[in-house]
Parts: sequence; structure tokens; C-alpha cells
Amino acid sequence: MNTNLIDALFVFMLAAFIGFEVIRHVSPLLHTPLMSLTNALDAIAVVGAIVLVGEKKSTFATVLGVIAIVAATSNVVGGFFITDRMLRMFKTSRPTKPQLTKP
Amino acid sequence: MTDFAGSQYLIEIIYLIASALFILSLKWMSSPATARHGILAGEIGMVLAIAGTLLHHGIIDYKWIIIGLVLGTGIGIPLGMVQMTAVPQRTALSHAFGALCVTLVGTAEFYLRTPNVPKFMMSVLSMEVILGGLTFTGSLMAAGKLQELLPQRPITYKGQNLVNLLLFLVAVGSAVYLVLHPGARIFFPIIVGVSLIFGVLLVIPIGGADMPTVISLLNSYAGLSAAAMGFVLDSKLLIIAGALDGSSGLILSVIMSKAMNRSFSNVLFGAFGQVQASAAGEQEAKPVRSATPEEAAAILLAANKVVIVPGYGMAVAQAQHKVRSFMTRSPKRESRFGSPFTRWPDACPAT
Repeated sequence: MNTNLIDALFVFMLAAFIGFEVIRHVSPLLHTPLMSLTNALDAIAVVGAIVLVGEKKSTFATVLGVIAIVAATSNVVGGFFITDRMLRMFKTSRPTKPQLTKP
Repeated sequence: MTDFAGSQYLIEIIYLIASALFILSLKWMSSPATARHGILAGEIGMVLAIAGTLLHHGIIDYKWIIIGLVLGTGIGIPLGMVQMTAVPQRTALSHAFGALCVTLVGTAEFYLRTPNVPKFMMSVLSMEVILGGLTFTGSLMAAGKLQELLPQRPITYKGQNLVNLLLFLVAVGSAVYLVLHPGARIFFPIIVGVSLIFGVLLVIPIGGADMPTVISLLNSYAGLSAAAMGFVLDSKLLIIAGALDGSSGLILSVIMSKAMNRSFSNVLFGAFGQVQASAAGEQEAKPVRSATPEEAAAILLAANKVVIVPGYGMAVAQAQHKVRSFMTRSPKRESRFGSPFTRWPDACPAT
């Protein structure tokens, strides 16, 4: 348990730095789609909710879990969907909008 | 037992691939050329993560899982169909749902596990529900403000800092007490309730112009709460995805507030920063002037230099062709594009 915990802390630290680095040079054009994408990824919590509901440990837990699955799934689906629509919009405008100056 | 071990390995490998896809997704999303790959990677990663979870050997009943997934999809599709100008509030609302999920799972885990909860577990569990709770109500408030269901202007009152600070201390204090005495279940609802109130009060003093940054920051909080959930459930996938979101959300809020010329500390500390800023003087007063087409033409004719700063509003209005022809026809030699700032519909009305 203790080594697991330490492992988990290391994983957390490394992932946090990766998140930091990959986003640092994001093109300002993509701020809104990026936020929308990370919003969809946030809903990864649905994984926890699925296990909670599937294990059926108590009625209380199952009820909360089902609400959680509904909420998180709508977040995933809506998030990816709108990000995709946004990008499609950018795509059509790209040929006439050449490389914008980077700050 | 060997069966379990086998499927367990399979699940972990699926999670490993999903985590890699999430990282690639963010990486690709930060450049316009690869952004489409980014969303695809994210989608595949999410599908893999959910599929892998369904293989979990502890799951004995699929009925309610399926019902939940189908219902959620049914709600999610209309949420993805909104007008482009409503994207900010949609994102905020979506955050609220994600945070709700984290909070509910945290609550259920608490009641399933108490009183035999190790100290570390209890502290991350409290962190999960505090962050989840404040993100839930905070995002709802942000969505309400952007949709103009609530007044956009900052709402401040006397003693705001003190009230917020006290609430925060109550939440953290209860969490600490709960860590030391896991049997004191009564403190758990207090933590949840106080976090929910705290989320509302945190966003109330922030004005409409700072909302995009607030949403990005709440995104970061939601990520951190998902990571905390990962510690509780001992799931590396959740920890990685949560940490990625947590740090990228934070850095994105900093970048955005810089791009929009706003003070980040103002947003980060809500009311705490508000008072400092007003004490610092009129630095925050950055005038905005809007004009009718005729007025604009007159101003442009009189101007020596013209800088056009394209943004989200232009993209939404699909006005880039017009802007381009305007640029080429402009009599001024010194017309040029400025650096594109992230603008949201409320700051840059699409016409």
C-alpha cells in the first residue's frame, strides 16, 4: 500500500509536468477549443462512477453513481462534440487566414 | 485467481494506452495543424478508458451502467449542439456536471469506506469533495453569469474576504478533524455543504470579463479533484488524466489572463484579490469603445495606423474574408494584424 502510494505520487508529479509542458506553447487561436477538450477529458471521473455502480455495494452508492455516470457522460459527449464543431469552423477559415503572428 | 490477474493486466494495458492518448491529445491540440488529431486521440482514449473499465472484474451488474451511459449521451448531444456564441457557458455547465460526478463518487466512497479509512486516504477524499463541490457550484455560477441569468458585474459586499476565509477554514478544519477521527461522519456533510457555498461565493465577486479565465481555472480544479479520486481508487489512469488537466488548466488560465490583459491573481483569489486591486488604484480600468459602422469608417479614415486584432468573435461570425478584403482595400499603408487575443463573444460581439 505504501509503495503504491509513493508510486502514485510520482505518477501525479510527472503527469502534472507533462500537462504543463505540452500546453505552454499553445497557439492563442486554440484557447477555446483546448479548454473545451480538457473539459471533456475531466470527465474521466466516469471511470470511478462505473466501478461504483457496477459493484453494487449499497443502494445509496448505486443511486449516486448512476447520477454521476449520467453527468460525466454528458460532459464527455458534449465536450468532444462541441470541440469538433469548433475545429471544423477553424478549418474552413484556415486557407484565407494565413499564419497569424505569434506573440 | 489467474483469470482475475489476466483481465487485470489487460485493463491496465488499456489504461496505459488511454493515458498516452490523453497526453498526445493535449499535445496535438496545442497547434492548429494537428488539432484535429488531438480530438481524435482524446476520443479514442476516452472510449478505451470506459471500455477497459467495463471489463473490471468487480462489476456484477451492467444494467444501471448502460442506462447511465445512454442517458448521459442523450443529454450530452444537445449540449454539444449549442450556438457557437454560447460555447463559454456550455463549457461552464459541462464542468459543473463533471465536478458533480466527482463529488458524488467521493461521497459514496466515503460512506462505503468509513470508519476504516487510513489518514492519507481520508485527506485525499476530503480534497476530492472540497474541490469537486466548489467547482460544481462555481461553474454553475459562471454559466449563469455568462448566460446573463445572473448579473455579470462583480458582486461585492463588506466583509466578503472574512466570510470566504472563514468558510474555507471551516471546510479545511472539518477535513483535518475527519482525518484524525474517521468515525466522526457528521463532519462529512459539513465539508460538502461548505464547499458548495464556497464555490458560489468564490465566483460572485468576479466580473463577466474574467469568466473565461475562471472557467479555465475551475477546469484545473476539476482535474485536481479527479486526480484525488485516482488516489482514493488507486487508479493511475485517473491520476494521470487529472494531473494533466490540473496543470494544463492552470497554465492555460495564466496564458489566457495574460493574453486578455487581465490580472491572474484577481481571478485566482476571487474576492481576496478584488479588494487589493481596487486599493491599488485605477489600473484595472481599460476602456472599451464600440461604434456603429459609419462611425467606424470615419475613425478609420482619420487614423494613421490601424491594427486589427482578430479573435474568437471574428471566427464565429466567419468574418475573416471581410476582414481580409478590408485590409487589402484599406488606404492606410500602416494597416496590419495584431497578435490574436482570445476573445469571447461578450468581449467582441460578432456582427
